[in-house]
Amino acid sequence: MTMTLTAPSRSPLARLRWAFTDGWTITRRDLTHWANQPVQFVVNLLFSVMVLLMFGFLFGGAMSVPGGGGYQDFLVPGVLALTMVFGVEATFTAVSTDAQRGVTDRFRSLPMAPSAVVLGRCTADLLNAVLTLAALVVAGLLMGWRWHNGFAAALAAFGLLLLLRLAMLWLGIYLGLVTRSPEAVMALQILVWPLGFLSNAFVAPSTMPGWLGTIAEWNPLSATAAATRELFGNPGWGGEGWLAQHPLLLALLWPAVLTAVFCPLAIRRYRNLSR
Amino acid sequence: MPAEEPAVLAENLRKRYGDTRALDGFDLTVAPGTVHGLLGPNGAGKTTAVRVLATLLRPDSGTARVAGFDVVRQAGQARYRLGLVGQHAAVDELLSGRQNLEMFGRLYHLSAADARRRAGELLERFRLAGTGGKPVTQYSGGMRRRLDLAAGLILAPPVLFLDEPTTGLDPRARNEVWDAVRRLAASGTTVLLTTQYLEEADQLADRVSVIDHGRAIAEGTPDELKHRLGADRIDVVLHSLADLPAASALLARIAGAEAETDPDRRLVSVPVRDRMAALGELVPALASAGITAEDVALRRPTLDEVFLHLTAEQKEAVA
Repeated sequence: MTMTLTAPSRSPLARLRWAFTDGWTITRRDLTHWANQPVQFVVNLLFSVMVLLMFGFLFGGAMSVPGGGGYQDFLVPGVLALTMVFGVEATFTAVSTDAQRGVTDRFRSLPMAPSAVVLGRCTADLLNAVLTLAALVVAGLLMGWRWHNGFAAALAAFGLLLLLRLAMLWLGIYLGLVTRSPEAVMALQILVWPLGFLSNAFVAPSTMPGWLGTIAEWNPLSATAAATRELFGNPGWGGEGWLAQHPLLLALLWPAVLTAVFCPLAIRRYRNLSR
Repeated sequence: MPAEEPAVLAENLRKRYGDTRALDGFDLTVAPGTVHGLLGPNGAGKTTAVRVLATLLRPDSGTARVAGFDVVRQAGQARYRLGLVGQHAAVDELLSGRQNLEMFGRLYHLSAADARRRAGELLERFRLAGTGGKPVTQYSGGMRRRLDLAAGLILAPPVLFLDEPTTGLDPRARNEVWDAVRRLAASGTTVLLTTQYLEEADQLADRVSVIDHGRAIAEGTPDELKHRLGADRIDVVLHSLADLPAASALLARIAGAEAETDPDRRLVSVPVRDRMAALGELVPALASAGITAEDVALRRPTLDEVFLHLTAEQKEAVA
């Protein structure tokens, strides 16, 4: 058998190159999943579109936006942010399935760059998030939603959404490495719903009972939803408190805090697999 | 690698989880080109040992080398020379067999063309060429295992670790895996194989280490071990419980060893050296003594008996 084997290289530059090459191999694995299961992939994309349509058309008529204006202008940024939070489930499922099946162990027994597993996961999940956002934006535009502050501000809003998704990625990786039972997948699938709905995604927290409203205001999802509403020039929920007045700052701060907590935890957990 | 260097070497490995000593001074030497069986019950430390040797787990103390490379300090080099096939079929269910092998090939840093060619070769060799394009979800248990084996062999590593490769497989799939392991061994690969089954070790291994409580308590060829463990056994199930003492005395006399009895099952059991001669003598002797047997069976010692025997030896040695 003749094979050109690349000898393990110690130079930092070569290591960095392998981290990206191996990371791309892992990313391509997810892209191949999508290509192998096109129906599943489209259904996943359409799920968030369905949430948008359901709330826009079924409940939209009964909703009134605090500052006035159409409900879809309030709703679309909310669903965009909600979808980013729901993404934690996809990351979690992928990571815990690999750990349970022994695929993670196989990766760890290969001479590949250890960081590539995480890098590949991040790239694939962020690509998926971009595609999901695109599907939602198209559906939103068809429903009559518009952004009013120009393209640059809209781009910034999408940036904030992806930042939230990135924060959720670390949470998902950490949880996926900690809990390995199939039951945990179910539990998380159920738990993301209250997490997503206890926010300003669909209604203003001021319409909720006091303590629930407070939780909803503090929800990281609410910060991103409020900030993107501001950037898109869509109506917000018009709260009076400090939280409501500084959505942009919070939409940067929350993902930063989540990443600062769960990124090191996830990395430590991955390293501790060899303990 | 010098010729004298063992393919796998473990010296005094220790690994604790809380109060549990998963490895407690584990030693192992595997000569290049041989199949070595690691035999032990659940929780004996087999998997922990393999995970340390495959660079997945750091030992608390002790050293281990694979193909001459330290598994902790030179893990990178060791990983280019070892293949691991764990207890689960560690392949991506949503990819096809070919896509799995190409992905793992790329992660072994083969070029795209080499990874593709190697995937084709391995699918052919493990008789998966016809189904290589189908997603793994459609594979049978035996096919998954073969794909798993193939993935462990992408670099044709000199050392292959197989952790309970046939657990949960039906007999047909088990034979397929055994065939694959035999062919690997014939091609010169060093194989370290863990198993709970004496028969599996007997079928495949040149040498066997028996592991219990995190250390190797016996080592030798399967034949050597079986001799040490007492040979085959004859079991007699009696028709009438009243015959138990008489049958017990009769079997003890023929076998020249003490018989064990189990009144609940009306069973008398005795170890024998020359199985056929003992059986030939036993059946007429039972008849002339007027003892009716419902069943007479010759059998190998079970793993339980192996362990009872070996651990009893250990305790004696300590005492």
